[in-house]
Amino acid sequence: MKPFAYHRAQSLRDIPDGATIIAGGTNLLDLMKHEIATPNTLVDISHLDLNRIEPEADGLRIGALVRNSDLAADPVIRRDYPVLSRALLAGASGQLRNMATTGGNLMQRTRCPYFYDLRTQCNKRAPGTGCAAMGGVIRNHAIFGASPDCVATYPGDMAVALSALGAEVEIAGPDPRRVPVADFHLLPGNTPHVETRLRPGEIITAVILPAPVTGEQRYRKVRDRASFAFALVSVAAVITMVDGRITRAALACGGVAAKPWRDPECEAALVGREPSDALFEQAASLMLRSASSQEGNAFKIPLLRRTLIATLRDATGLEPAP
Amino acid sequence: MTNVTMTVNGKSVSAPAEGRTLLVEYLRTGLGLTGTHVGCDTSQCGACVVHVDGRAVKSCTVFAMDVEGSDVRTIEGMANADGSLGVVQQAFQDHHGLQCGFCTPGMVMTTAALLAENPRPSEAEVRHGLEGNICRCTGYHNIVKAVLAASGQDADAIAAQ
Ligand SMILES: Cc1cc2nc3c(=O)[nH]c(=O)nc-3n(C[C@H](O)[C@H](O)[C@H](O)COP(=O)(O)OP(=O)(O)OC[C@H]3O[C@@H](n4cnc5c(N)ncnc54)[C@H](O)[C@@H]3O)c2cc1C
Ligand code: FES
Ligand code: FES
Repeated sequence: MKPFAYHRAQSLRDIPDGATIIAGGTNLLDLMKHEIATPNTLVDISHLDLNRIEPEADGLRIGALVRNSDLAADPVIRRDYPVLSRALLAGASGQLRNMATTGGNLMQRTRCPYFYDLRTQCNKRAPGTGCAAMGGVIRNHAIFGASPDCVATYPGDMAVALSALGAEVEIAGPDPRRVPVADFHLLPGNTPHVETRLRPGEIITAVILPAPVTGEQRYRKVRDRASFAFALVSVAAVITMVDGRITRAALACGGVAAKPWRDPECEAALVGREPSDALFEQAASLMLRSASSQEGNAFKIPLLRRTLIATLRDATGLEPAP
Repeated sequence: MTNVTMTVNGKSVSAPAEGRTLLVEYLRTGLGLTGTHVGCDTSQCGACVVHVDGRAVKSCTVFAMDVEGSDVRTIEGMANADGSLGVVQQAFQDHHGLQCGFCTPGMVMTTAALLAENPRPSEAEVRHGLEGNICRCTGYHNIVKAVLAASGQDADAIAAQ
Protein backbone atom coordinates (compact mmCIF):
# COMPACT_ATOMS: atom_id res chain seq x y z
CA MET A 1 0.00 0.00 0.00
CA LYS A 2 1.31 3.47 -0.88
CA PRO A 3 2.03 5.63 2.18
CA PHE A 4 -0.32 8.55 2.81
CA ALA A 5 -1.01 11.22 5.39
CA TYR A 6 -3.78 10.18 7.79
CA HIS A 7 -6.04 12.85 9.24
CA ARG A 8 -8.92 12.33 11.65
CA ALA A 9 -11.57 14.94 10.74
CA GLN A 10 -12.95 16.93 13.67
CA SER A 11 -15.85 18.44 11.72
CA LEU A 12 -17.38 18.47 8.23
CA ARG A 13 -15.36 21.61 7.48
CA ASP A 14 -12.17 19.82 8.46
CA ILE A 15 -11.80 17.98 5.13
CA PRO A 16 -8.95 19.34 2.97
CA ASP A 17 -9.50 19.80 -0.79
CA GLY A 18 -8.53 16.76 -2.79
CA ALA A 19 -8.45 14.44 0.22
CA THR A 20 -10.01 10.99 0.05
CA ILE A 21 -12.63 10.21 2.65
CA ILE A 22 -12.57 6.97 4.60
CA ALA A 23 -15.57 5.90 6.66
CA GLY A 24 -15.78 2.18 7.58
CA GLY A 25 -12.87 1.45 5.24
CA THR A 26 -14.23 -1.95 4.22
CA ASN A 27 -14.12 -1.09 0.52
CA LEU A 28 -11.50 1.64 0.34
CA LEU A 29 -8.88 -0.32 2.26
CA ASP A 30 -9.05 -3.19 -0.23
CA LEU A 31 -8.78 -0.72 -3.11
CA MET A 32 -5.73 0.83 -1.44
CA LYS A 33 -4.12 -2.56 -0.90
CA HIS A 34 -4.56 -3.27 -4.62
CA GLU A 35 -3.30 0.27 -5.34
CA ILE A 36 -6.43 1.02 -7.35
CA ALA A 37 -6.94 3.90 -4.93
CA THR A 38 -3.72 5.73 -4.06
CA PRO A 39 -4.72 8.74 -1.94
CA ASN A 40 -2.06 11.17 -0.74
CA THR A 41 -4.25 12.33 2.11
CA LEU A 42 -6.82 10.15 3.81
CA VAL A 43 -9.41 11.85 5.96
CA ASP A 44 -11.10 9.60 8.47
CA ILE A 45 -14.65 10.87 8.96
CA SER A 46 -15.74 7.90 11.06
CA HIS A 47 -15.59 9.87 14.31
CA LEU A 48 -17.92 12.67 13.15
CA ASP A 49 -21.37 13.03 14.64
CA LEU A 50 -23.33 11.60 11.69
CA ASN A 51 -24.34 8.32 13.26
CA ARG A 52 -27.94 8.86 14.34
CA ILE A 53 -31.26 7.58 13.01
CA GLU A 54 -33.84 10.31 13.69
CA PRO A 55 -37.40 11.15 12.65
CA GLU A 56 -37.57 13.54 9.68
CA ALA A 57 -40.91 14.80 8.38
CA ASP A 58 -42.98 11.58 8.26
CA GLY A 59 -39.94 9.45 7.57
CA LEU A 60 -36.43 8.97 8.91
CA ARG A 61 -33.04 10.58 8.57
CA ILE A 62 -30.20 8.06 8.60
CA GLY A 63 -26.81 9.64 9.27
CA ALA A 64 -24.11 8.79 6.72
CA LEU A 65 -22.03 7.11 9.42
CA VAL A 66 -24.73 4.83 10.80
CA ARG A 67 -23.19 1.36 10.64
CA ASN A 68 -24.90 -1.20 8.42
CA SER A 69 -25.36 -3.52 11.43
CA ASP A 70 -27.06 -0.79 13.48
CA LEU A 71 -29.31 0.19 10.59
CA ALA A 72 -30.37 -3.40 9.96
CA ALA A 73 -31.14 -3.95 13.66
CA ASP A 74 -32.98 -0.67 14.27
CA PRO A 75 -36.50 -1.49 15.51
CA VAL A 76 -38.20 1.25 13.45
CA ILE A 77 -36.38 0.16 10.29
CA ARG A 78 -37.33 -3.45 10.91
CA ARG A 79 -40.97 -2.52 11.45
CA ASP A 80 -41.55 0.13 8.80
CA TYR A 81 -38.84 -0.52 6.19
CA PRO A 82 -38.15 -4.26 6.47
CA VAL A 83 -36.89 -4.48 2.89
CA LEU A 84 -33.96 -2.29 3.94
CA SER A 85 -33.11 -4.47 6.91
CA ARG A 86 -33.35 -7.64 4.76
CA ALA A 87 -31.14 -6.17 2.04
CA LEU A 88 -28.47 -5.14 4.55
CA LEU A 89 -28.46 -8.53 6.25
CA ALA A 90 -28.14 -10.23 2.87
CA GLY A 91 -24.85 -8.37 2.28
CA ALA A 92 -21.28 -8.95 3.41
CA SER A 93 -20.84 -10.50 6.90
CA GLY A 94 -21.46 -9.39 10.46
CA GLN A 95 -17.92 -8.15 11.02
CA LEU A 96 -18.04 -6.07 7.84
CA ARG A 97 -21.51 -4.69 8.59
CA ASN A 98 -20.16 -3.60 11.99
CA MET A 99 -17.71 -1.31 10.18
CA ALA A 100 -19.52 -0.45 6.93
CA THR A 101 -21.43 2.83 6.89
CA THR A 102 -24.52 4.08 5.05
CA GLY A 103 -22.54 6.59 2.98
CA GLY A 104 -19.71 4.18 2.20
CA ASN A 105 -22.17 1.47 1.18
CA LEU A 106 -23.76 3.79 -1.40
CA MET A 107 -20.31 4.71 -2.71
CA GLN A 108 -18.84 1.20 -2.88
CA ARG A 109 -17.09 0.43 -6.15
CA THR A 110 -17.85 -2.28 -8.67
CA ARG A 111 -16.70 -5.89 -8.29
CA CYS A 112 -15.79 -6.25 -11.99
CA PRO A 113 -12.67 -8.44 -11.91
CA TYR A 114 -10.98 -6.29 -14.55
CA PHE A 115 -11.43 -3.19 -12.41
CA TYR A 116 -9.39 -5.01 -9.75
CA ASP A 117 -6.71 -6.31 -12.13
CA LEU A 118 -4.16 -3.58 -12.75
CA ARG A 119 -2.70 -5.49 -15.72
CA THR A 120 -5.91 -5.18 -17.75
CA GLN A 121 -7.66 -2.29 -19.46
CA CYS A 122 -10.48 -0.60 -17.59
CA ASN A 123 -12.15 2.68 -18.47
CA LYS A 124 -13.44 3.01 -14.93
CA ARG A 125 -10.04 2.63 -13.27
CA ALA A 126 -7.96 4.27 -16.01
CA PRO A 127 -10.20 6.34 -18.28
CA GLY A 128 -9.58 5.89 -21.99
CA THR A 129 -7.69 2.59 -21.79
CA GLY A 130 -10.55 0.37 -22.95
CA CYS A 131 -12.72 -2.32 -21.38
CA ALA A 132 -11.23 -5.80 -20.97
CA ALA A 133 -14.62 -7.17 -19.92
CA MET A 134 -15.86 -6.76 -23.50
CA GLY A 135 -15.28 -10.24 -24.87
CA GLY A 136 -13.80 -11.28 -21.53
CA VAL A 137 -15.17 -13.17 -18.55
CA ILE A 138 -18.42 -11.39 -17.95
CA ARG A 139 -20.41 -13.44 -15.45
CA ASN A 140 -21.27 -10.66 -12.99
CA HIS A 141 -21.79 -7.88 -15.53
CA ALA A 142 -24.66 -5.61 -16.50
CA ILE A 143 -27.65 -6.52 -18.63
CA PHE A 144 -29.18 -3.03 -18.47
CA GLY A 145 -27.75 0.37 -19.33
CA ALA A 146 -24.23 -0.78 -20.24
CA SER A 147 -22.20 1.04 -22.88
CA PRO A 148 -19.40 -0.03 -25.24
CA ASP A 149 -17.04 1.55 -22.71
CA CYS A 150 -18.20 -0.28 -19.58
CA VAL A 151 -20.40 -3.21 -18.52
CA ALA A 152 -19.67 -3.10 -14.80
CA THR A 153 -22.44 -3.29 -12.21
CA TYR A 154 -23.01 -1.48 -8.96
CA PRO A 155 -22.71 -4.42 -6.57
CA GLY A 156 -24.49 -3.25 -3.42
CA ASP A 157 -27.70 -4.52 -1.83
CA MET A 158 -28.68 -1.60 0.43
CA ALA A 159 -29.16 0.90 -2.40
CA VAL A 160 -31.50 -1.49 -4.21
CA ALA A 161 -33.86 -1.43 -1.23
CA LEU A 162 -33.42 2.34 -0.79
CA SER A 163 -34.29 2.90 -4.44
CA ALA A 164 -37.52 0.89 -4.12
CA LEU A 165 -38.37 2.82 -0.95
CA GLY A 166 -37.96 6.18 -2.70
CA ALA A 167 -35.15 7.34 -0.40
CA GLU A 168 -32.99 10.39 -1.02
CA VAL A 169 -29.29 11.09 -0.55
CA GLU A 170 -28.43 14.28 1.36
CA ILE A 171 -25.29 15.93 0.00
CA ALA A 172 -23.20 18.61 1.74
CA GLY A 173 -20.73 20.91 0.00
CA PRO A 174 -20.81 24.18 -1.93
CA ASP A 175 -24.23 23.19 -3.38
CA PRO A 176 -26.13 21.32 -0.65
CA ARG A 177 -29.01 19.28 -2.06
CA ARG A 178 -30.92 16.03 -2.04
CA VAL A 179 -30.84 13.49 -4.85
CA PRO A 180 -33.16 10.47 -5.06
CA VAL A 181 -31.24 7.23 -4.57
CA ALA A 182 -32.84 6.09 -7.83
CA ASP A 183 -30.97 8.91 -9.66
CA PHE A 184 -27.78 8.89 -7.57
CA HIS A 185 -25.75 6.32 -9.51
CA LEU A 186 -25.00 7.06 -13.16
CA LEU A 187 -25.00 4.80 -16.18
CA PRO A 188 -21.53 4.52 -17.70
CA GLY A 189 -22.00 6.20 -21.11
CA ASN A 190 -18.53 7.25 -22.22
CA THR A 191 -17.48 8.35 -18.72
CA PRO A 192 -17.68 5.17 -16.64
CA HIS A 193 -15.27 6.60 -14.07
CA VAL A 194 -17.98 9.10 -13.06
CA GLU A 195 -20.21 6.82 -11.02
CA THR A 196 -22.52 9.04 -8.98
CA ARG A 197 -23.94 12.53 -8.81
CA LEU A 198 -21.54 13.33 -5.98
CA ARG A 199 -19.08 15.99 -7.21
CA PRO A 200 -15.50 16.43 -6.02
CA GLY A 201 -15.45 18.16 -2.64
CA GLU A 202 -18.91 16.90 -1.70
CA ILE A 203 -19.83 14.44 1.00
CA ILE A 204 -22.91 12.39 1.80
CA THR A 205 -24.30 13.40 5.18
CA ALA A 206 -27.49 11.32 5.34
CA VAL A 207 -30.07 9.19 3.61
CA ILE A 208 -33.68 10.33 3.98
CA LEU A 209 -36.48 7.79 4.02
CA PRO A 210 -39.99 8.99 3.11
CA ALA A 211 -43.02 8.05 5.19
CA PRO A 212 -43.46 4.30 5.38
CA VAL A 213 -45.72 2.66 2.79
CA THR A 214 -48.30 0.17 3.94
CA GLY A 215 -48.10 -3.18 2.24
CA GLU A 216 -45.59 -5.91 1.67
CA GLN A 217 -41.84 -5.50 1.30
CA ARG A 218 -39.49 -8.20 0.03
CA TYR A 219 -35.81 -8.53 -0.80
CA ARG A 220 -34.73 -11.57 -2.75
CA LYS A 221 -31.07 -12.08 -3.57
CA VAL A 222 -29.65 -14.81 -5.79
CA ARG A 223 -25.97 -15.56 -5.51
CA ASP A 224 -23.45 -18.27 -6.28
CA ARG A 225 -23.49 -19.58 -2.71
CA ALA A 226 -25.91 -19.22 0.16
CA SER A 227 -23.98 -16.62 2.12
CA PHE A 228 -21.28 -14.00 1.91
CA ALA A 229 -21.41 -13.32 -1.81
CA PHE A 230 -22.51 -10.44 -3.99
CA ALA A 231 -25.80 -10.66 -5.86
CA LEU A 232 -25.97 -12.17 -9.32
CA VAL A 233 -29.40 -10.61 -9.38
CA SER A 234 -31.60 -9.25 -6.62
CA VAL A 235 -35.05 -7.74 -6.41
CA ALA A 236 -36.49 -5.31 -3.86
CA ALA A 237 -40.28 -5.05 -3.98
CA VAL A 238 -42.62 -2.68 -2.13
CA ILE A 239 -46.20 -3.61 -3.03
CA THR A 240 -49.48 -2.20 -1.73
CA MET A 241 -52.78 -4.00 -2.31
CA VAL A 242 -56.33 -2.85 -1.61
CA ASP A 243 -59.31 -5.21 -2.01
CA GLY A 244 -57.25 -7.78 -3.88
CA ARG A 245 -55.81 -5.29 -6.37
CA ILE A 246 -52.30 -3.86 -6.55
CA THR A 247 -52.52 -0.11 -5.94
CA ARG A 248 -48.82 0.71 -5.81
CA ALA A 249 -45.71 -1.15 -6.92
CA ALA A 250 -42.04 -0.24 -6.63
CA LEU A 251 -39.49 -2.72 -7.96
CA ALA A 252 -35.72 -2.29 -8.01
CA CYS A 253 -33.26 -4.83 -9.37
CA GLY A 254 -29.67 -5.25 -8.19
CA GLY A 255 -26.61 -6.81 -9.78
CA VAL A 256 -27.86 -6.01 -13.28
CA ALA A 257 -26.73 -2.43 -14.00
CA ALA A 258 -24.44 0.34 -12.82
CA LYS A 259 -27.34 1.41 -10.62
CA PRO A 260 -30.33 -0.20 -8.94
CA TRP A 261 -32.51 -0.76 -12.01
CA ARG A 262 -36.11 0.44 -12.08
CA ASP A 263 -38.59 0.44 -14.90
CA PRO A 264 -41.58 2.77 -14.49
CA GLU A 265 -43.57 1.01 -17.25
CA CYS A 266 -43.19 -2.35 -15.58
CA GLU A 267 -44.35 -0.90 -12.27
CA ALA A 268 -47.28 0.92 -13.87
CA ALA A 269 -48.42 -2.28 -15.58
CA LEU A 270 -49.04 -3.85 -12.18
CA VAL A 271 -51.16 -1.05 -10.76
CA GLY A 272 -54.92 -1.58 -10.71
CA ARG A 273 -54.56 -5.28 -11.48
CA GLU A 274 -55.21 -8.46 -9.53
CA PRO A 275 -52.12 -10.55 -8.96
CA SER A 276 -51.80 -13.48 -11.36
CA ASP A 277 -49.06 -15.44 -13.04
CA ALA A 278 -50.03 -13.98 -16.40
CA LEU A 279 -49.69 -10.45 -15.01
CA PHE A 280 -46.31 -11.17 -13.49
CA GLU A 281 -45.03 -12.77 -16.71
CA GLN A 282 -46.12 -9.63 -18.53
CA ALA A 283 -44.41 -7.38 -15.96
CA ALA A 284 -41.20 -9.40 -16.20
CA SER A 285 -41.28 -9.14 -19.99
CA LEU A 286 -41.66 -5.38 -19.72
CA MET A 287 -38.74 -5.18 -17.31
CA LEU A 288 -36.56 -7.32 -19.54
CA ARG A 289 -37.46 -5.73 -22.89
CA SER A 290 -34.43 -3.44 -22.59
CA ALA A 291 -32.02 -6.14 -21.41
CA SER A 292 -29.03 -7.15 -23.47
CA SER A 293 -26.29 -9.62 -22.70
CA GLN A 294 -23.16 -11.33 -23.91
CA GLU A 295 -22.61 -15.05 -23.72
CA GLY A 296 -21.18 -15.02 -20.20
CA ASN A 297 -24.01 -13.14 -18.53
CA ALA A 298 -26.94 -14.29 -20.70
CA PHE A 299 -28.11 -16.47 -17.78
CA LYS A 300 -29.01 -13.31 -15.88
CA ILE A 301 -32.00 -12.61 -18.15
CA PRO A 302 -33.98 -15.79 -17.30
CA LEU A 303 -32.65 -15.61 -13.74
CA LEU A 304 -33.98 -12.10 -13.26
CA ARG A 305 -37.30 -13.10 -14.85
CA ARG A 306 -37.73 -15.97 -12.39
CA THR A 307 -36.56 -13.92 -9.42
CA LEU A 308 -38.90 -11.06 -10.26
CA ILE A 309 -41.89 -13.38 -10.65
CA ALA A 310 -41.08 -15.28 -7.45
CA THR A 311 -40.75 -12.02 -5.53
CA LEU A 312 -44.06 -10.72 -6.87
CA ARG A 313 -45.84 -13.99 -6.07
CA ASP A 314 -44.47 -13.90 -2.57
CA ALA A 315 -45.28 -10.21 -1.96
CA THR A 316 -48.84 -10.49 -3.27
CA GLY A 317 -49.71 -13.72 -1.47
CA LEU A 318 -49.91 -15.98 -4.52
CA GLU A 319 -48.21 -19.19 -3.54
CA PRO A 320 -44.45 -18.76 -3.41
CA ALA A 321 -43.04 -20.12 -6.65
CA PRO A 322 -42.22 -23.87 -6.34
CA MET B 1 5.65 6.91 12.53
CA THR B 2 3.69 8.07 15.50
CA ASN B 3 2.76 6.22 18.63
CA VAL B 4 -0.78 4.90 18.63
CA THR B 5 -2.40 4.20 21.99
CA MET B 6 -5.37 1.96 22.70
CA THR B 7 -6.58 -0.49 25.30
CA VAL B 8 -5.89 -4.11 24.39
CA ASN B 9 -7.24 -6.90 26.58
CA GLY B 10 -7.76 -4.44 29.42
CA LYS B 11 -4.29 -2.89 29.36
CA SER B 12 -3.35 0.49 27.94
CA VAL B 13 -0.76 -0.08 25.21
CA SER B 14 1.19 2.06 22.81
CA ALA B 15 3.19 1.13 19.72
CA PRO B 16 4.46 2.97 16.66
CA ALA B 17 2.28 2.96 13.53
CA GLU B 18 2.18 4.60 10.11
CA GLY B 19 -1.07 5.76 8.57
CA ARG B 20 -1.17 2.55 6.56
CA THR B 21 -0.47 0.20 9.49
CA LEU B 22 -3.35 -2.24 9.74
CA LEU B 23 -4.79 -3.06 13.14
CA VAL B 24 -3.72 -6.69 12.68
CA GLU B 25 -0.11 -5.62 11.99
CA TYR B 26 -0.20 -3.35 15.00
CA LEU B 27 -1.34 -6.25 17.18
CA ARG B 28 1.00 -8.88 15.75
CA THR B 29 4.14 -6.88 15.01
CA GLY B 30 3.76 -3.87 17.27
CA LEU B 31 2.52 -5.71 20.35
CA GLY B 32 3.67 -9.28 19.63
CA LEU B 33 0.10 -10.60 19.99
CA THR B 34 0.33 -13.22 17.27
CA GLY B 35 -2.83 -15.11 18.24
CA THR B 36 -4.77 -13.00 15.74
CA HIS B 37 -4.11 -14.55 12.32
CA VAL B 38 -3.97 -13.23 8.77
CA GLY B 39 -5.50 -15.56 6.22
CA CYS B 40 -6.63 -13.62 3.20
CA ASP B 41 -5.76 -10.00 4.03
CA THR B 42 -8.87 -8.93 2.07
CA SER B 43 -11.71 -9.26 4.65
CA GLN B 44 -12.96 -12.57 3.29
CA CYS B 45 -11.80 -15.29 5.70
CA GLY B 46 -12.31 -13.97 9.24
CA ALA B 47 -9.05 -15.34 10.73
CA CYS B 48 -8.22 -11.81 11.89
CA VAL B 49 -11.42 -11.03 13.81
CA VAL B 50 -11.00 -9.04 17.04
CA HIS B 51 -13.41 -6.94 19.06
CA VAL B 52 -13.29 -3.16 18.86
CA ASP B 53 -15.44 -1.54 21.51
CA GLY B 54 -17.30 -4.82 21.91
CA ARG B 55 -17.97 -5.49 18.22
CA ALA B 56 -16.42 -8.11 16.00
CA VAL B 57 -14.43 -6.58 13.15
CA LYS B 58 -11.86 -7.81 10.66
CA SER B 59 -8.57 -6.34 11.81
CA CYS B 60 -7.01 -6.72 8.34
CA THR B 61 -9.42 -4.06 7.08
CA VAL B 62 -9.01 -1.42 9.78
CA PHE B 63 -6.18 1.06 10.14
CA ALA B 64 -4.68 1.12 13.63
CA MET B 65 -5.02 4.91 13.69
CA ASP B 66 -8.74 4.64 13.03
CA VAL B 67 -9.24 2.81 16.33
CA GLU B 68 -6.80 4.89 18.39
CA GLY B 69 -8.28 5.19 21.88
CA SER B 70 -10.61 2.21 21.43
CA ASP B 71 -11.04 -0.84 23.59
CA VAL B 72 -9.73 -3.85 21.68
CA ARG B 73 -10.00 -7.49 22.67
CA THR B 74 -8.08 -10.32 21.04
CA ILE B 75 -7.93 -14.08 21.45
CA GLU B 76 -5.20 -13.55 24.08
CA GLY B 77 -7.84 -11.91 26.24
CA MET B 78 -10.35 -14.78 26.11
CA ALA B 79 -8.99 -17.13 28.77
CA ASN B 80 -10.27 -16.97 32.34
CA ALA B 81 -8.29 -15.00 34.93
CA ASP B 82 -6.67 -18.20 36.21
CA GLY B 83 -5.43 -19.06 32.73
CA SER B 84 -7.95 -21.83 32.06
CA LEU B 85 -9.85 -21.77 28.77
CA GLY B 86 -12.84 -19.45 28.55
CA VAL B 87 -16.32 -20.86 27.92
CA VAL B 88 -16.19 -20.46 24.14
CA GLN B 89 -12.65 -21.81 23.87
CA GLN B 90 -13.53 -24.81 26.03
CA ALA B 91 -16.61 -25.55 23.92
CA PHE B 92 -14.48 -25.53 20.74
CA GLN B 93 -12.10 -28.01 22.37
CA ASP B 94 -14.88 -30.25 23.73
CA HIS B 95 -16.76 -30.43 20.42
CA HIS B 96 -13.73 -30.68 18.12
CA GLY B 97 -14.52 -27.29 16.61
CA LEU B 98 -10.97 -27.09 15.31
CA GLN B 99 -8.47 -29.14 13.41
CA CYS B 100 -5.48 -27.09 12.20
CA GLY B 101 -6.60 -24.20 14.37
CA PHE B 102 -5.82 -21.44 11.87
CA CYS B 103 -9.35 -20.09 11.74
CA THR B 104 -10.00 -20.65 15.45
CA PRO B 105 -9.02 -17.28 16.94
CA GLY B 106 -11.40 -15.56 14.53
CA MET B 107 -14.12 -18.16 15.10
CA VAL B 108 -13.85 -17.73 18.87
CA MET B 109 -13.96 -13.93 18.68
CA THR B 110 -16.93 -13.95 16.30
CA THR B 111 -18.72 -16.47 18.52
CA ALA B 112 -18.15 -14.40 21.65
CA ALA B 113 -19.60 -11.30 19.96
CA LEU B 114 -22.52 -13.30 18.58
CA LEU B 115 -23.41 -14.74 21.98
CA ALA B 116 -23.09 -11.35 23.67
CA GLU B 117 -25.78 -10.07 21.28
CA ASN B 118 -27.86 -13.23 21.06
CA PRO B 119 -27.27 -15.52 24.07
CA ARG B 120 -29.40 -18.46 22.75
CA PRO B 121 -29.07 -18.47 18.97
CA SER B 122 -30.76 -21.07 16.78
CA GLU B 123 -28.62 -23.21 14.53
CA ALA B 124 -29.60 -21.02 11.56
CA GLU B 125 -28.61 -17.89 13.48
CA VAL B 126 -25.25 -19.43 14.34
CA ARG B 127 -24.62 -20.27 10.69
CA HIS B 128 -25.61 -16.78 9.57
CA GLY B 129 -23.54 -15.25 12.38
CA LEU B 130 -20.44 -17.16 11.27
CA GLU B 131 -20.82 -16.43 7.55
CA GLY B 132 -17.76 -14.19 7.56
CA ASN B 133 -15.50 -16.91 8.96
CA ILE B 134 -14.08 -19.53 6.66
CA CYS B 135 -12.72 -22.87 7.89
CA ARG B 136 -11.06 -25.22 5.45
CA CYS B 137 -10.74 -28.16 7.83
CA THR B 138 -13.83 -28.91 9.87
CA GLY B 139 -16.78 -28.67 7.51
CA TYR B 140 -18.36 -26.37 10.11
CA HIS B 141 -20.66 -28.89 11.82
CA ASN B 142 -18.50 -29.18 14.91
CA ILE B 143 -18.01 -25.44 15.01
CA VAL B 144 -21.77 -24.93 15.01
CA LYS B 145 -22.08 -27.53 17.77
CA ALA B 146 -19.40 -25.77 19.80
CA VAL B 147 -21.17 -22.44 19.50
CA LEU B 148 -24.51 -23.95 20.53
CA ALA B 149 -22.81 -25.68 23.46
CA ALA B 150 -21.09 -22.45 24.50
CA SER B 151 -24.56 -20.88 24.67
CA GLY B 152 -25.63 -23.60 27.10
CA GLN B 153 -27.80 -25.46 24.59
CA ASP B 154 -27.72 -29.17 23.94
CA ALA B 155 -25.88 -29.14 20.64
CA ASP B 156 -26.28 -32.83 19.94
CA ALA B 157 -30.03 -32.72 20.46
CA ILE B 158 -30.36 -29.77 18.09
CA ALA B 159 -28.14 -31.47 15.53
CA ALA B 160 -30.25 -34.63 15.73
CA GLN B 161 -33.46 -32.74 14.88
C1 LIG C 1 -15.72 -9.62 1.51
C2 LIG C 1 -16.77 -8.57 1.25
C3 LIG C 1 -18.07 -8.93 0.93
C4 LIG C 1 -19.05 -7.97 0.71
N1 LIG C 1 -20.31 -8.37 0.36
C5 LIG C 1 -21.25 -7.42 0.12
C6 LIG C 1 -22.57 -7.78 -0.29
O1 LIG C 1 -22.90 -8.96 -0.40
N2 LIG C 1 -23.46 -6.79 -0.53
C7 LIG C 1 -23.13 -5.48 -0.39
O2 LIG C 1 -23.98 -4.62 -0.60
N3 LIG C 1 -21.89 -5.10 -0.03
C8 LIG C 1 -20.96 -6.04 0.22
N4 LIG C 1 -19.70 -5.65 0.55
C9 LIG C 1 -19.35 -4.23 0.47
C10 LIG C 1 -19.60 -3.46 1.72
O3 LIG C 1 -20.99 -3.34 1.93
C11 LIG C 1 -18.95 -2.09 1.54
O4 LIG C 1 -17.55 -2.29 1.55
C12 LIG C 1 -19.32 -1.10 2.60
O5 LIG C 1 -20.70 -0.86 2.64
C13 LIG C 1 -18.61 0.22 2.37
O6 LIG C 1 -18.84 1.09 3.45
P1 LIG C 1 -17.61 1.74 4.25
O7 LIG C 1 -18.16 2.68 5.23
O8 LIG C 1 -16.71 0.68 4.79
O9 LIG C 1 -16.89 2.51 3.06
P2 LIG C 1 -15.38 2.95 2.85
O10 LIG C 1 -14.57 1.78 2.44
O11 LIG C 1 -14.91 3.76 4.01
O12 LIG C 1 -15.58 3.93 1.62
C14 LIG C 1 -16.02 3.47 0.35
C15 LIG C 1 -16.05 4.65 -0.61
O13 LIG C 1 -17.05 5.57 -0.22
C16 LIG C 1 -16.51 6.87 0.00
N5 LIG C 1 -17.27 7.42 1.12
C17 LIG C 1 -17.45 6.86 2.35
N6 LIG C 1 -18.29 7.61 3.09
C18 LIG C 1 -18.65 8.66 2.33
C19 LIG C 1 -19.50 9.80 2.55
N7 LIG C 1 -20.15 9.99 3.70
N8 LIG C 1 -19.63 10.69 1.55
C20 LIG C 1 -18.98 10.50 0.37
N9 LIG C 1 -18.16 9.46 0.11
C21 LIG C 1 -18.01 8.56 1.08
C22 LIG C 1 -15.04 6.64 0.25
O14 LIG C 1 -14.27 7.76 -0.11
C23 LIG C 1 -14.75 5.44 -0.63
O15 LIG C 1 -14.52 5.84 -1.94
C24 LIG C 1 -18.72 -6.60 0.82
C25 LIG C 1 -17.42 -6.23 1.17
C26 LIG C 1 -16.45 -7.18 1.38
C27 LIG C 1 -15.06 -6.74 1.74
S1 FES D 1 -7.25 -11.94 7.19
FE1 FES D 1 -8.81 -10.57 7.67
S2 FES D 1 -10.54 -11.52 6.87
FE2 FES D 1 -8.97 -12.84 6.18
S1 FES E 1 -9.54 -25.62 11.74
FE1 FES E 1 -8.26 -25.44 10.03
S2 FES E 1 -9.12 -23.72 9.03
FE2 FES E 1 -10.53 -24.07 10.58
